Amino acid sequence: MGIPRSYQTQAIVIKQIKLGEVDKIITVYTPEFGKLKAVAKGACRPGSNLGGNVEPLTHSLMMLARGRNLDIVTQSQTIDGFLALKSDLWRMSCGLYLLELVDSFTVVNSGNPPLFDLLLSTLCWLCQTDSSEIALRYFELHFLDYLGYRPQLHQCVICTLPLKPVVNFFSSRQGGILCPQCSEKESESHPIAVDALKILRLWQDCDYSTAKRVKVKSELSSQLRQVIQEYMKYLLQREVKSITWLEQLRGS
Amino acid sequence: MISCEPVARLVEAFNKLPGIGPKSAQRLAYYLLRRPDEEAEALAEAILALKEKIRLCSLCFNITDCDPCLICQDKERDHSKICVVERPSDIPPLERTGKYKGVYHVLHGAVSPAQGIGSEELKIKELSSRLQGSSVAEVILATNPNLEGETTAMYLRRMILPLGIRITRLARGLPFGADLEYADDMTLGQALEDRQEF
Repeated sequence: MGIPRSYQTQAIVIKQIKLGEVDKIITVYTPEFGKLKAVAKGACRPGSNLGGNVEPLTHSLMMLARGRNLDIVTQSQTIDGFLALKSDLWRMSCGLYLLELVDSFTVVNSGNPPLFDLLLSTLCWLCQTDSSEIALRYFELHFLDYLGYRPQLHQCVICTLPLKPVVNFFSSRQGGILCPQCSEKESESHPIAVDALKILRLWQDCDYSTAKRVKVKSELSSQLRQVIQEYMKYLLQREVKSITWLEQLRGS
Repeated sequence: MISCEPVARLVEAFNKLPGIGPKSAQRLAYYLLRRPDEEAEALAEAILALKEKIRLCSLCFNITDCDPCLICQDKERDHSKICVVERPSDIPPLERTGKYKGVYHVLHGAVSPAQGIGSEELKIKELSSRLQGSSVAEVILATNPNLEGETTAMYLRRMILPLGIRITRLARGLPFGADLEYADDMTLGQALEDRQEF
């Protein structure tokens, strides 16, 4: 039996670019196949059956037909349009940031169901929660985990000794925490307060309902943000562009 | 391989235009070769004028050959209404409706965080200074009803709100000829919310 000509999958639309006058190439994240690119024919036409069902930040059930180069979206039905997210500037920007992370870190045709579930859950949490910063950090930590970049937070990455409750250091290059002695050998490491480390450890291992109960002071929150985002920048070898926009919104 | 250099140059130039492949480029070049001199000159002159004379209007940032542009100069139009659009090409369809007599402001893009396009890259600061201390009564946000357009509209709303100016957004709903069964949640929800007396 050959490969079926069409298949059905759940998908979260993460990006779209225009193709010609009325078509779109959409990038979606699916549980079984990971990231996929597909053509949504006629999606830019007013009255198109695909139209709003293939806009980014939409969770849809899609029917795709295998194409020679790219697959073709034949049907798409929205499961969740995350309307609460799309009607608020900050939440929507957070959502766009998640989509950029997924697009930047993942490769085409490499399924990762837990990552899909994490993305879907985080988008739902962002719709409901007021503690969007915690939702973002929780996503970042677990996202790195599912991609195989889980930072080592329980022992010094170089000497492997357990960490003492003092100011330790985070090294993006080493992928984890360094004790004060080892940090002297590593030029690019950032100090991390005891409380910040405790929170990171907790978030790395707990579920979201526990994570969101943590009260984080704004100073500590920005330290946590900086540490994780520096690490992601190192892994990606470039800036995550949406961060600039989020910073601008935080400042205004 | 075209041995004649001027023809080869023209073919290469046509080939760079969107949607024109090598064969179409060749056909266009040979077509022009057969046409009278005046026609080729008129085309060349039109292309040169495009780059030489076209600039941005200092008020609305639409493309124009005179500054301020004809719309901004027009005393008949209602200058207390500003319609904010993403691109210059969004203005002609709005004008075609014949229902809008105000003026425009062209942003030259929309906020797209993942592409690194923020408010600094658009003509948002210019809109803000245009609104400060002006007699503008209404700003119509006519950015596209997609994610980038929505982000831009929400950002502009946040910026304009403290100025006490009325802010409106183009209505969203079902397009003519659409099928209710296939409408997405966002559009259908909006269409229901904004339903009108019939």
